[in-house]
Amino acid sequence: MREVIRLENVRRDFVVGGETVHALRGVSLTIHEGEFVTIMGTSGSGKSTLLNLLGCLDRPTSGEYFLDGSAVRSMDKNARAALRNRKIGFVFQNYNLLPKTTALENVALPLLYNPACSAAERRRRAEQALLSVGLGERMLHKSNQMSGGQMQRVAIARALVNDPAVILADEATGNLDTRTSFEVLVLFQQLHAAGRTIIFVTHNPELARYSSRNVTLRDGRIVSDVRNPQILSAAEALAALPRTDD
Amino acid sequence: MNLVNLFKIAFKALCNNKLRGFLTMLGIIIGVGSVITMLAIGQGSKRSIQAQIGEMGSNMIMIHPGGDRRGGVRLDAAAMESLKLKDLEDIATQTRYLSAVSPSVNSSGQAVYGANNTPTTVYGISPEYLEIRRYKVADGDMFSEQDVRTAAKVCLVGKSVVDELFPGGESVVGKVIRFGKIPLRIIGVLESKGYNSMGMDQDNLILAPYTTVQKRMLAITHLQSINCSALSESHTDQAIDEISAILRANHKLREGDEDDFTIRSQQELATMMTSTTDMMTLLLAAVAGISLLVGGIGIMNIMYVSVTERTREIGLRMSIGAKGRDILAQFLIESILISVTGGLIGVFVGVGAALLVNLLAAFPIYIQPWSVLLSFAVCTLTGIFFGWYPASKAAMLDPIEALRYE
Repeated sequence: MREVIRLENVRRDFVVGGETVHALRGVSLTIHEGEFVTIMGTSGSGKSTLLNLLGCLDRPTSGEYFLDGSAVRSMDKNARAALRNRKIGFVFQNYNLLPKTTALENVALPLLYNPACSAAERRRRAEQALLSVGLGERMLHKSNQMSGGQMQRVAIARALVNDPAVILADEATGNLDTRTSFEVLVLFQQLHAAGRTIIFVTHNPELARYSSRNVTLRDGRIVSDVRNPQILSAAEALAALPRTDD
Repeated sequence: MNLVNLFKIAFKALCNNKLRGFLTMLGIIIGVGSVITMLAIGQGSKRSIQAQIGEMGSNMIMIHPGGDRRGGVRLDAAAMESLKLKDLEDIATQTRYLSAVSPSVNSSGQAVYGANNTPTTVYGISPEYLEIRRYKVADGDMFSEQDVRTAAKVCLVGKSVVDELFPGGESVVGKVIRFGKIPLRIIGVLESKGYNSMGMDQDNLILAPYTTVQKRMLAITHLQSINCSALSESHTDQAIDEISAILRANHKLREGDEDDFTIRSQQELATMMTSTTDMMTLLLAAVAGISLLVGGIGIMNIMYVSVTERTREIGLRMSIGAKGRDILAQFLIESILISVTGGLIGVFVGVGAALLVNLLAAFPIYIQPWSVLLSFAVCTLTGIFFGWYPASKAAMLDPIEALRYE
């Protein structure tokens, strides 16, 4: 399998009020194409810092980070912006959809920042992405006319639209109720089955049972990195949930 | 990212907040509108004054006696007797830049016909006076050089005099009116010129040969003034220099002596009178310009609030690949769109308001194309200038911080 992400002894220090805080103290991690990795840890464990690094929003203080073969540490802001645009799909806890904007336009947004992509191409790919998350019927609904689950699916479609090397999900089910969480999880498992590389950052250990690999951080270090021998099916869990009539 | 996409994004953002966009625009609309209206009013009154002065003869030059001092007392110009017939002749024969020269002596008094009388002024002039002052004979004829030589008791009358003396509306040519003790036969009626810019009735006058007024009415030999017409407006200054040289020679003034005459050109008068309206225009435009500035600050204010409010959106855009310059361009285009749209509406409002002033208050207006272009350019620059700070603030945001902004 191809290597998508390689971290080599990555450190990230912040200087806060004259004191140096070591958020990451030498993290090495390799993620291959097609993996569904959950990164877990309590708050303060460094998982947000790791996520920002993986998403090329930040650069390591030392160590190397290769995303799909490109060395990120030596890149400037604009180069990293372009890299994010082509290689990464973000899914946020609070969806971050543009208000009063249709699902289609929200999904097409990353392609707007890609000059090589024509308007027709943009529309075609956005439609395709929305179809793949099961929102074919709601393409022209505006973001404020949708439920949380629908909004998160739009966000996932937006993360898919640029055909990224890796999808980074930051507590993507954090704002959703149990049922909707499972629905979104089903979607992630479908994407995984289709060969997508997914990194799911969460503090909810239960979610680890649905991914293929679990990485746990504590105090800026990886304390466990295990393959999940028995991946649970989110679809089955969803079916097992007691029916509610609301 | 290409410009078309940026425009789409900015336009979309504006459409999402139409009321706010419009309220921001309002400042620019009022600013641009008032600049255009004020300039139109200022230019309109300037033009109307210029037109009226032009009617009087824009290349007219007036020579008055004056600047004389006798025993330390400065005397009233009208009491001077320094302008003589010889001066007139020399000016008429020696200058190259004049097309017409006429003396002027005048006398005010009552004109009487039958039971009617009216206060008026008799101007003693030569036939060329008509050309200089742009008077035209509507009925009858101008008197001739022969009449001047013989000091003939003939006259031309203005329309106001006719109306007062002949209320019946009969033909007046050939009638004999009396001015003081002198009977004058009317040989012509002048075309009406109406009131001039200073509110003087230009039709309340009687024109007679200057010899008649000099000898029969005033019993003087000097001239009260000389009116000339330069070949064209641009020759006025050369003509004045020439006249000045002739008069100084004739009056035997030495180097360093003060002139004992004053020469005024209509051009000078025009400059003097339009300088007031220029000042007014400047003041009005300055006030209007300040409102444009306030409108610009309004844009900066709103854009600043908008950037803060949309911090998360900016963070999102950056996380999905927007570069700093894309964000800068987006917000800059937004503020330019506001100011340009506001400017366009302002142009229409300004032109409309100016036309309304013209229609309702009958005030002369003139909309100068450059004033429209200028205020439009200024408001576009305003958009760029006042949009820059908030936009660069947006572009400088750290995507990690921006995404977490609550």
